[in-house]
Amino acid sequence: MTEQISIKTVVADYENLIQPDKVHTSLYSNPEVFEEELDKIFNSTWVWVGHTSEVPEVGSYKTAMIGRHSVIVTRDRKKNIHVLLNRCRHRAATVCEGKKGKTKSFMCPYHGWGYSLDGALRALPKPEEYDGVFDKADYPLISLRYETYQGLIFATFKEDIEPLEDFLGGAKKWIDLFVKQSGGYPLKVLGDHRFRFPGNWKIQLENTTDAYHFPVVHKSFVSSVDDQTAEVFDFLDGEGFVEDLGNGHSVMVMIPELVDLEADLDAPIPDRFKDLAAELAAEGHSDQEVRRLVRAVGGSGFNLNLFPNVACSMAFFRTLVPVSVNETEIHHVALGGEGAPTAFNQMRLRLHEHFQGPMGFGTPDDAEAWERVQKGSHAGKDEWILLNRGQENQKTSVDGNVAGAVCSEVGMRAAYQMWKRMMTA
Amino acid sequence: MIDLNLLNQVTAFISQEADMLDFEEFEQWLDLWTDTGVYVVPIDTKETDFANTLNYAYDKAEMRKLRVARLINGEAVSTDTTEKTVRSVSRFRILDSGERYVSVRCAMYLSECRHGNVKTYPADVTYKLLKTDDGFQIEEKVVRLQNSDAYLTSIGYIL
Repeated sequence: MTEQISIKTVVADYENLIQPDKVHTSLYSNPEVFEEELDKIFNSTWVWVGHTSEVPEVGSYKTAMIGRHSVIVTRDRKKNIHVLLNRCRHRAATVCEGKKGKTKSFMCPYHGWGYSLDGALRALPKPEEYDGVFDKADYPLISLRYETYQGLIFATFKEDIEPLEDFLGGAKKWIDLFVKQSGGYPLKVLGDHRFRFPGNWKIQLENTTDAYHFPVVHKSFVSSVDDQTAEVFDFLDGEGFVEDLGNGHSVMVMIPELVDLEADLDAPIPDRFKDLAAELAAEGHSDQEVRRLVRAVGGSGFNLNLFPNVACSMAFFRTLVPVSVNETEIHHVALGGEGAPTAFNQMRLRLHEHFQGPMGFGTPDDAEAWERVQKGSHAGKDEWILLNRGQENQKTSVDGNVAGAVCSEVGMRAAYQMWKRMMTA
Repeated sequence: MIDLNLLNQVTAFISQEADMLDFEEFEQWLDLWTDTGVYVVPIDTKETDFANTLNYAYDKAEMRKLRVARLINGEAVSTDTTEKTVRSVSRFRILDSGERYVSVRCAMYLSECRHGNVKTYPADVTYKLLKTDDGFQIEEKVVRLQNSDAYLTSIGYIL
């Protein structure tokens, strides 16, 4: 009995588990904390569920997860988007399996209840037994509130939450910059890599704002690129920075010259993209358009970390799904331009494959480090995870935010302060 | 009528390739390929337009060399923890045989051991092999993992 009370006390003591300069190691490993996170964080804020290009036409759908909730993002006959809970109103079976596709309706496989693209219950077998019991209009698929910004779709279980744009706040400026990377064409999802690692979701959340690991963990990736590109990725001593954007969001600018992909179009074309430039020119694209495409093809020079589950990470969306206290699923979503030249989109696919995904030259090494963090976090009885890097070198950014060096832990401190705010609310 | 002679030849070639990968004879493995050969691990097992879709791996000659370099240069921490793969190839079937090329499909069961944990990846593998005077060269190898369309865990080796 005494022991149970003691555990309960620790779970609730978030004020002390999150210090300004460190977090308690139990945040990675305590299953009770994880259960509480699902409710107080994933059920209580805006969660990224997709990009509008993933549901381009009437009947397009994709599935996504909000914590443990399976949802379907659909586009109905009037081209409106819906985010629907993926469970039949009758006996809870999922009505949609698979990652994405096109359909006219959703049919429950158990008793044949049929729902339209907007979630309305259209038909069910032998309806006479429901006469006087309920009206079909009362049992649509449960619809979640959603809002979009620059095509990014966020949904929420919290009906009275602030508007998405208020939640994004200082991050909006960086999303606006991020979506410039499709070379003047509408941003389009080209596919995604999905993998799991045996570790807590916050290890991945931190990693997107961790430049410090790059030259260590990704040495083999840097060795696999040309000298000029390796120099671009040698950013720890550069002018980059990390900035706290509020609400747990942060941006880590690694390559300042690639923040605005529509600026400096006269900059020299990097060696690794000269063949692409020649190919685009041979196809008849103007010099200006070639330069715009080539400048955009490698992606933005920053990682924008949006609390809690998505990042606009250089050239792709990185989204995470918390599976259990020690398992996380990650999707690396490749991006290109709708209607952009084939050579441009192909180059973006090949660059994505080079680093990202479970067989890339970067991700497996990240995953190894994260797995070791989870394993190591179980050692010791009362240990802490340090978040104090650059704590005494903070400054104020041009936008008036707390900022630090590119390899500081400003972004992690921002995320954990938001975590604490939500967990103690 | 099955051409048993050809079936034996491609079986021997593909079995040798599997052995090279399990026993880390990567330089010899690179020599098995034509200059234009492509090694592909697609996500959607029904996909055929690999160049225009996202794959787990889409390696032409240069990327194959870089992938091998990553495996042997000691810089990638993930390649050190998968100490050994064991793969078995079987169920060989010749899909097509012409003057220059032969297409073969087989099953592969690959098991990895990371941090002491054994995990198995079953896959259908198709080869397009160039017939040469003294055997074959690989023009295309496509590894369709059984669970490729769901999620994987990190794979720091060559399938």
